[in-house]
Amino acid sequence: MSSNMSTIERRRFDTLIIGAGGGGLRASLQLAEADLSVAVVSKVFPTRSHTVAAQGGMNAALANVSPDNWHWHMFDTVKGSDYLGDQDAIEYMCRAAPKAVYELEHFGVPFSRLDNGKIYQRAFGGQSQNFGGAQAARTCAAADRTGHAILHSLYQQNIRAKTHFFDEYFAVDLLKDDDGHVLGALVFNIQDGQIVVIEAKTTLIATGGAGQIFKTTTNALINTGDGMGMAMRAGIPLQDMEFFQFHPTGIAGRGMLITEGARGEGGYLVNADGERLMERYAPKAKDLASRDVVSRAIAIEIREGRGCGPKKDHVLLKLDHLGEEVIQKRLPGIRQTCITFLGIDPAEAPIPVFPTAHYTMGGIPTNRHGQVVVPVKNTPEEPVQGLYAAGECACVSVHGGNRLGGNSLLDILVFGRAAAKHIIEYLQENKYHRVLSDEVIDKLVEKVNRYDQAAAGNDTSEAETVAGLRAELKQVMEDHCGVFRNKDVLQEGIDKVEQLASRMANVKIGDQSQVFNTAKVEAFELENLMAVALATIHSAHAREESRGAHSRIDFPERDDIAWMRHSLYSYENGLDYKPVRTKPLSVEAFPPKPRVY
Amino acid sequence: MKFRIYRYNPEKDAKPYMQDFELNSVEPGTMLLAALLRIKDEQDETLSFRRSCGEGVCGSDGMNINGVNGLACVTSLAGLRQPIEIKPLPGQPVIRDLIIDMDQFYKQYRAVKPYLIVNDPMPEVELLQTPEQREQLDGLYECILCACCSTSCPSFWWNPDKFLGPAALLQASRFIEDSRDQALEKRLEDLEGPFKLFRCHTIMNCVEVCPKGLNPTRAIGRIKHKMVTRSL
Repeated sequence: MSSNMSTIERRRFDTLIIGAGGGGLRASLQLAEADLSVAVVSKVFPTRSHTVAAQGGMNAALANVSPDNWHWHMFDTVKGSDYLGDQDAIEYMCRAAPKAVYELEHFGVPFSRLDNGKIYQRAFGGQSQNFGGAQAARTCAAADRTGHAILHSLYQQNIRAKTHFFDEYFAVDLLKDDDGHVLGALVFNIQDGQIVVIEAKTTLIATGGAGQIFKTTTNALINTGDGMGMAMRAGIPLQDMEFFQFHPTGIAGRGMLITEGARGEGGYLVNADGERLMERYAPKAKDLASRDVVSRAIAIEIREGRGCGPKKDHVLLKLDHLGEEVIQKRLPGIRQTCITFLGIDPAEAPIPVFPTAHYTMGGIPTNRHGQVVVPVKNTPEEPVQGLYAAGECACVSVHGGNRLGGNSLLDILVFGRAAAKHIIEYLQENKYHRVLSDEVIDKLVEKVNRYDQAAAGNDTSEAETVAGLRAELKQVMEDHCGVFRNKDVLQEGIDKVEQLASRMANVKIGDQSQVFNTAKVEAFELENLMAVALATIHSAHAREESRGAHSRIDFPERDDIAWMRHSLYSYENGLDYKPVRTKPLSVEAFPPKPRVY
Repeated sequence: MKFRIYRYNPEKDAKPYMQDFELNSVEPGTMLLAALLRIKDEQDETLSFRRSCGEGVCGSDGMNINGVNGLACVTSLAGLRQPIEIKPLPGQPVIRDLIIDMDQFYKQYRAVKPYLIVNDPMPEVELLQTPEQREQLDGLYECILCACCSTSCPSFWWNPDKFLGPAALLQASRFIEDSRDQALEKRLEDLEGPFKLFRCHTIMNCVEVCPKGLNPTRAIGRIKHKMVTRSL
């Protein structure tokens, strides 16, 4: 039965959270403990969220292993971002990091331990002592299953706090009134197809990244950029979408992630000549240079014919010299993954790796309180009332042009918490639900029912399939928006993505059931992928410089005069720009410098 | 390559049936999940199953494969007898096709209070735990809640509401063994009685099917041992 107005269930909460990964669950915990009514909507059971797959760890200057302080961490993060990160947000995050880790530990996260009983910290890429000095060990780890340990502990704490979960509900779109206030979201229950209007005084988007726009990705199938798509359809631009991180060590051809912790524990990359290739590209940091640097190095080695294997299409990650004991103790998860998917035990043989789409640095623009901000007239960052975003779907921006390994778990926890804190304050000032008109709901209901109706037509000759369009989109993004980019290839890519997006109107699905209709879910997900892909490739085409993960062969240098600014892409206005917030909260700014590792 | 897949849509089907599918040119090294995704994309969009990470970490795609519970994403097609028979995890209500209703499973998980309980004021830094104390949690904390174990357990099939099942008991053990937890007595007390824990008859199906190589039977044994030493 298709839903119509008379049958629609309406639920009211103080606050709605869309997404139950680490960011959403950290926020929901804070809010539930503040005695607010919280609804968490997630298209999968919370522990299936992609935070579960994070491996290596979470950065915080605890100084358990090497001398450390938050200011050094801040320097590394600003440098890692290639000076596109906002320094107020970065200072806030790095200062908050130790507390965020201790909180997690108190929630029960089974961190690995040092002999003195403190939390184990490992070396990770781009982490230094004393503003660019010796390698720092700053990354707090639970073996190589840190994300799993954190996500499960957060879900468990939410069980204790009695958070209200809507498991396996799909959020379609935000509800927004004429004044631009966000009043909740329209969702449907995947299990029975029933539409539910969730009214909320505040809505937090915490839907994670969009790695599924690429063919080969470390990301889960659920990482379809749903929140980013929702934001774009609500007229909110996406920020810095051209900055997509390619992780240096995805399993070649398959995409499974091999943590940077493998190199942090002493592993290194070799080319076909058996040469330790990173010594040439980053003489000091070598294999622990930042990810964009290592990914480019691998791509160049392969392009210049020094790739390994019969097709010379990958390099090798060598771990066997670490010995079986270290590998089993510190890297048991990736060992299992290699055995399962490659039949290779890294304790005996090297792992074939290739740079693989991994992380969306860009996203929904927010300030450091998690409020979604948009340009209004001459103000670059005006909060959208009632709307927040945190985690990979958001762009605070603490990662700028390139995220450091170990900073994404930190980001979701610090800003999930910061958003919750601000929501609590906001709700003290805004005690009542605003009026939600039937027209706002009507329009969206029509949209949810679209695929039921589309399928009812007889003419299927012109029909497009979700699987067909999705496969084409992923291939186009892989071919036209990869590690190295140039104007012509990007322009061709734009034309192709726009053509694919226009074909969305002809999508018909062959499943009209209301019961667990995954074909319908995939159709909505594809709409979101299209939106994210458009924003990504348009932003990449426009940025005529090389910075962080965005490498233009035709513009190989960073251009701080013309391009030290954030991109904003929206359906309504195309591309727009706003300045980087270079002023930290309390310390001196780190001015842009050449980036050498 | 031939597949026989359990189909059931409560809106149309009076009862479940098995449907045959065939895939050509399957590359060596392909996992079952990739095959199912291809069948859904190329042949039948209505085929329904849960999936997410595709690498055995999220626990979404537990199913019964040639009579054995496992995760589709880490089950290689190479070792499987054809036609590969795929059914939902047994013993629980089926929502549609390979998707089971996991409410009972999650309810039992929640019943063991699967969260750290510390009554003392928290320090401003981490609670200390030696590597040896932390090691006690290895083999317990890695559970991904895929339900392969509990749905392979005859005791859970007969008493899903009373016997907690291997997954929930593994979680119970994870907190009982945590040196930081301060609710040991209460946790053990809560597991007393003929059903919650003691319906485990050490059939050990759970150990055989766990895709993470965990051993719920041993965890249950550890709890029993703790109960006995406490009563002495």
